[in-house]
Amino acid sequence: MSVDTLNHSVLDLGAEPVRAVNRTLQAASGGAFTIRNPNGAHALACGLDAPVDITIAGHVGYYCAGMNKHASVTVEGNAGTGLAENIMSGTVRVTGDASQSAGATGHGGLVVIEGDASARCGISMKGVDIVVGGSVGHMSAFMAQSGTLAVLGDAGEALGDSIYEARLYVRGSVAGLGADCVEKGMRAEHVAELQALLTRAGYGDVDAATFRRYGSARQLYHFKVDNVGAY
Amino acid sequence: MCGIVGLYLKSEALSADLGRLTGLMLHEMRGRGPDSAGFAVYGAPEAGSKLVLLAEATVVDWPSIATRLEVAQGAAAEITPIANHAVLRTEGDGQAARDWLIANVPEVTVLSVGRSIELFKGVGDPDAVADRFGLAGRSGTHAIAHTRMATESAVTTAGSHPFSTGADTCLVHNGSLSNHNGLRRRLEASGERFQTENDSEVAAGYLAHRMRGGDTLADAVGAALRDLDGFFTFAIGTAEGFAVVRDPIACKPAVMAETDDWVAMSSEFRAIAKLPGVGHARIWEPRPAEIYSWSRAA
Repeated sequence: MSVDTLNHSVLDLGAEPVRAVNRTLQAASGGAFTIRNPNGAHALACGLDAPVDITIAGHVGYYCAGMNKHASVTVEGNAGTGLAENIMSGTVRVTGDASQSAGATGHGGLVVIEGDASARCGISMKGVDIVVGGSVGHMSAFMAQSGTLAVLGDAGEALGDSIYEARLYVRGSVAGLGADCVEKGMRAEHVAELQALLTRAGYGDVDAATFRRYGSARQLYHFKVDNVGAY
Repeated sequence: MCGIVGLYLKSEALSADLGRLTGLMLHEMRGRGPDSAGFAVYGAPEAGSKLVLLAEATVVDWPSIATRLEVAQGAAAEITPIANHAVLRTEGDGQAARDWLIANVPEVTVLSVGRSIELFKGVGDPDAVADRFGLAGRSGTHAIAHTRMATESAVTTAGSHPFSTGADTCLVHNGSLSNHNGLRRRLEASGERFQTENDSEVAAGYLAHRMRGGDTLADAVGAALRDLDGFFTFAIGTAEGFAVVRDPIACKPAVMAETDDWVAMSSEFRAIAKLPGVGHARIWEPRPAEIYSWSRAA
């Protein structure tokens, strides 16, 4: 590890293994770090629990910034499967694309993907806010329970399948809605909520009123006696 | 889980480095498939046919097999052993030689046939398999390789990828097919010959069958999307080209990258990260049920 300036350290994955880098990051109580030469390494910057500011200079592999708490992690490149999985708080930003299951099961915090996210973005999200600058793939927000998914581009097939109470906003087209997911009206409070989220994600110049809102029809919540024959 | 890599060179400048670069990619995918590995390298087309043979269970007398084939085909043949494989060159018809070997030399598995392809595979550490068959020193136009974590059939050399059943056509597969037994029976009834119980060999046979019937590579892959049921990311090689396709659910990973010099695909980006000029590559995740193909013929 070298220290460039006061409180800003540079970690080089060309010289240190992932575990050593992660241990250094997990031990920090603050400050800023830049990670060089990630070359698609998995599980980078996972399990952080302090307000550290991390920049990863390049593409990362699976499960980057998983279980994040308090930290701010920026990937200058693309991310593989499971970006910010189970994020609790803090911010995870990717300047390129993210692969499948970005923000999966996230409980809180903010995930920003400036490019596209592929299939199952926000699967089983439980309170995280996710903003995607591009488009999302099929089965996004599958079984989403709470939180907000905002997509500036398009959404793939089966958006919001079996959704509970998450709010989904899409500016472009939706290839298809999943079971129990329906379009809902954009009332003033939704425009305000979305505008605040877009601003927080760095998209303050995007007009929230141009989005459409999708959410749960709440038809799958309760057992219906008419369906008894199916069990 | 399995690991797939493919590298297709768009310019000849890197052709001497094809094997070395493919080996670097394969090395990164060891963790996804530590039980066996294999690779296919496409070199300059030769005048006659060449077959790569495997003798997995027994030591065989390779020269006598070549002599028997010469007599059967009435055409000169020459054989070069390499570990438990051998490269057999014949002046006769390659596909007929394959059929004769399958019918008459049961202790031998025919891994590939064609004018460009050479295909090698083995059980154990992928790096050791690559070393055993001299991958790093091989040159050519394109290559695909695979590291296997077996699910559908036993860990054997014959069950390792790539699979080839048609001339200069081969396939590597990450995933599993669920309708391969029925499809195998149908293809066998149409004359295809299979050598393992492996699901991926059926996919390779399916594509070879379609192309023998006149399909282009892209047509055959399009039909596969309709007829194959299961999970798959495929990388497919032909004499002229290279294709990648994922099933509509797309739960098996894939990433692609392209520069002016090459097109690469892998299960994970870290395999591509080693390629020259990757810093300027266009990188993307192939979309579900979309066919990506490159061909010199086009």
